[in-house]
Amino acid sequence: MAKQKAPAVEVTAYANHHVITQPNPLKKVLRHADDKDLDDPVARAEAALADLSGEFKSWMVVEAERLSKAYAMILEDGFHQEACDELFRAAHDIKGDAATFGYPSAGAAADSLCRIIEHAPDLDRVPPELFTHHINAVNAIVHDHTKLDSVTVARQLSRKLRKVADEYLIHVNRDRPEHLEALLAPSIVPGDQP
Amino acid sequence: MYRIDFNKLRFLVCDDNPHMRRILRTLLHSFGAREVYEAEDGATALEMYTHYVPDIVITDWAMPIFDGLELAQMIRQPEAKGNPYAPIIMLTGHSEKRRVTVARDAGVTEFLAKPISAKGLYQRILNVVANPRPFIKTKTYFGPDRRRNTNTAYIGPERRVGGEAEIVQQPSLLDKARSAV
Repeated sequence: MAKQKAPAVEVTAYANHHVITQPNPLKKVLRHADDKDLDDPVARAEAALADLSGEFKSWMVVEAERLSKAYAMILEDGFHQEACDELFRAAHDIKGDAATFGYPSAGAAADSLCRIIEHAPDLDRVPPELFTHHINAVNAIVHDHTKLDSVTVARQLSRKLRKVADEYLIHVNRDRPEHLEALLAPSIVPGDQP
Repeated sequence: MYRIDFNKLRFLVCDDNPHMRRILRTLLHSFGAREVYEAEDGATALEMYTHYVPDIVITDWAMPIFDGLELAQMIRQPEAKGNPYAPIIMLTGHSEKRRVTVARDAGVTEFLAKPISAKGLYQRILNVVANPRPFIKTKTYFGPDRRRNTNTAYIGPERRVGGEAEIVQQPSLLDKARSAV
């Protein structure tokens, strides 16, 4: 597709902007499907994802170890920028990936940790146990995932952590309205609320 | 009903997390895509973007050194060597509305918040293939039209002005980009 000759671009100039249009360069990859066409690419992809799910547990273990390692680096060298960035990315990756891997509560705990890193005015002054509780929770959820009663406990744990973290963040940001607004804004992901 | 011939599309996936790249590769191949190029950081992705001229870019936001937002800004350079018009789908763990606005203002075409789903990804791809938006160039912005709805009554601070249009034909930037490869 990318090697095909591109259609001409037409530019319409207005007083303070230009509108640039071109015939749809990707139109040729679209085709009409009739009712007899039973192909379902989404179902095919979901099945492929299910085939891959046997690897998710080991992937989550790797992600949780990365998070622990990032915090260990901070304990050793302090909250310098590089270490904070890595801690944030490790938590942020878990926030984004954990639900796909079947660990939504680990994702919720990681989200809460991301909010602390992003919105605490001074990370050196955050009670250390706030970090350790979040990291321990992620590890516990990942490692105890196979226990029958763990799903409810994991959900309660991540909700409690989020509550404690939010209380702390709202208190320390009481004079920082832009952070307060961000903290209180709803998520765009349905069902993402604590 | 429309279907996409994925085997005719070329994708560039940029994510620093190898597990997410594997998930994306699996989904795209299952849809029928054959050409999926992968980069683990924004700088490599930009190099691959110029070299492979992908039809669609799927990028993470948070990455070390050169993130997905910067990648989108680098691609959306009207005078750049590469194709500045390719659809960019931002797939990210960020789930706040203000992030959507920031991504949109960087020229991102579609925003997809994680957790990823086959349906969500397919719908975003279908949207950029079937419903491309015109591009807008202002002093401070170059990218897909940020208005999804036409509201002629809008009188806010960022309203567009100038009723009389002047048509300016320009050589295709896509041709220019692709002939350079």
